[in-house]
Amino acid sequence: MSILVNKQTRLLVQGITGSSGAFHARGCAEYGTNVVAGVTPGKGGQKFDDKVPVFDTVHEARRETGCNATMIFVPAPFAADAILEAADAGVELIVCITEGIPVNDMMRVKDVLKDKSNRLIGPNCPGIITPGECKIGIMPGYIHKPGTVGVISRSGTLTYEAVWQLTQRGYGQSTCIGIGGDPINGTSHLDAVKMFAADPGTEALILIGEIGGTAEEEAAAWIKDNYKKPVCGFIAGATAPPGRRMGHAGAIVAGGKGTAAGKIEALRAAGIAVAETPASIGETLIGVIKG
Amino acid sequence: MNIHEYQAKQLFERFGIATPKGGPAEAPEQAEAVAVSLHTSNLVIKAQIHAGGRGKGTFLNGFRGGVHLCSSPAEVRAVAEKMLGQTLVTHQTGPAGKIVRKVLVAESVEIAHEHYLAILTDRATGAPVVVASTEGGVEIEKVAEEYPEKIIREPVHPLAGLQPYQALKIANELGFGGNQLKAASKLMNNLFKLFIALDCSLVEINPLVVTKKGEVLALDAKFNFDDNALFRHPEIVAMRDTEEEDAREVEASKYGLNYIGLDGNIACLVNGAGLAMATMDIIKYAGGEPANFLDVGGGASEEQVTEAFKILVSDKNVRAILVNIFGGIMRCDVIAQGIINAVKAVSLPVPLVVRLEGTNVERGKQLLAESKLPIQTASDLAEAARLAVSAAKAA
Repeated sequence: MSILVNKQTRLLVQGITGSSGAFHARGCAEYGTNVVAGVTPGKGGQKFDDKVPVFDTVHEARRETGCNATMIFVPAPFAADAILEAADAGVELIVCITEGIPVNDMMRVKDVLKDKSNRLIGPNCPGIITPGECKIGIMPGYIHKPGTVGVISRSGTLTYEAVWQLTQRGYGQSTCIGIGGDPINGTSHLDAVKMFAADPGTEALILIGEIGGTAEEEAAAWIKDNYKKPVCGFIAGATAPPGRRMGHAGAIVAGGKGTAAGKIEALRAAGIAVAETPASIGETLIGVIKG
Repeated sequence: MNIHEYQAKQLFERFGIATPKGGPAEAPEQAEAVAVSLHTSNLVIKAQIHAGGRGKGTFLNGFRGGVHLCSSPAEVRAVAEKMLGQTLVTHQTGPAGKIVRKVLVAESVEIAHEHYLAILTDRATGAPVVVASTEGGVEIEKVAEEYPEKIIREPVHPLAGLQPYQALKIANELGFGGNQLKAASKLMNNLFKLFIALDCSLVEINPLVVTKKGEVLALDAKFNFDDNALFRHPEIVAMRDTEEEDAREVEASKYGLNYIGLDGNIACLVNGAGLAMATMDIIKYAGGEPANFLDVGGGASEEQVTEAFKILVSDKNVRAILVNIFGGIMRCDVIAQGIINAVKAVSLPVPLVVRLEGTNVERGKQLLAESKLPIQTASDLAEAARLAVSAAKAA
């Protein structure tokens, strides 16, 4: 079992004719994802790689192909509009890979989406993958293995690190979801934890966070009261200087808030095993699973 | 991105936010001219650097204080002569200090009361929030800790924006009445317009003063801009003063590299922000100190890797370099070749530890071995950190 994406996912790619969009649309299709449509305004009627129909609008793509998920590679100045278009067309799952969307744009998107049933993942994220079934995003498929560990993370390569540690030790993943490194995102750690909790195919969780905000603390508080399966956490940024944005727009310690120490304490208080280093995330979870 | 006080003042003037009259100067005679134009004997001159604690700072030439009250344009000129071109050291600049290239000359006001006012993006709600307090002029974190009841928080709807009644409500709670109530609420409405129009993530007025004459004025301000939105604000980008920034960070930004200088001696080069932070953490865990944060991104070119190495070795504190790459979309053999070429280009003065994982990793390791360069390879992140720390200690 899995969350959000599986063999029934029918994927649309917004920005499919751009260089990144095309490259990763192919990567997803090669992994086995059912890529059914692309959208690039002005290029409607073309075929991508001789087989995937390209449309001018998401509404048209939805009507013609029944796509139920979209992967957005539209450049940052236009990406917020692409999210709103997908939401308005009723695409159930919106995965926005684009990095660098202005915060003000995302505030408006978030407010519009709160009254809708679409789920947004990202922006500025690696995407989501259910190993062996469906990959939507830029992660290398081969490091994953079907299994029962759910992985939630704000970061890309740090997630690959944790996933690879699991796979090498024989532990597969139910679904891995990258929620993105921006301060305002569609799906929080807590949202993802709740979805995994409702999935009978997920037997353990890895929660990877980083400095900034309070999303990890909120997830930890919920886990404490509601989730009894094994959980391992890791927080990046213990050595980050305050007041500096560490690459991700959201990774900043401001006014003494959002420190790694505070987050680690919150995870531990919730009974979550915290990995001491990024190299021991897999081992730490396995230790908890084995009791 | 930071801006100077005089630039913040210019932005306030553009949006109709009341501040004391004044302007910047680059030369003593210009400072005097600005002072003359203000038609007052209550004057203040302030050194313009991107650091706090100016008032209590000392210039390397012995002159004390980066902020001075003056009573005549001639006195302003005399003080400007002692500040301009000189290096000011404050508790925030470090011992090297900052060179003062501009001064702000302004009317000095007599303060009756100091308030605090800020607008920022609240991550938890995904909307702006106005934060205000009657306790201005001090650090707001301290007020929040000691007197949480003195902090007013007014959430703003992200689509509707700050409503006039909300500004009135905040002004009322701050104790304003009569004409001051109108002046304070107008200032807040204009500040919100500025916050949205310029894509700020924080704009803070501390203090927001009431003068003895009864005016409500923004006396000092701090701006944080959303870096993601700078593409639509060329006028803000033009305010950037690279002289105030870490030279290594300025160089890195030219090549699209995400670099932040730190105080340690183990340099690191990583792909991905989360992994870059985690790499710094594991260096510390292994007993070392990271010299920097450096994220080369998901698709770094050979030129970027070479430039990154140049920046890393330009830091004289560096005793070892740790490269940590998890090649996903990036292939390890391509990265290895980039590292080899970069190392040849910069003639490496310190030990280099490389940890590669991911796509085509075997071919990548083979290339490193065949290069005959003095590169230590590590099989995992923990080993890489240990090797880098012991190399730095031996150096």
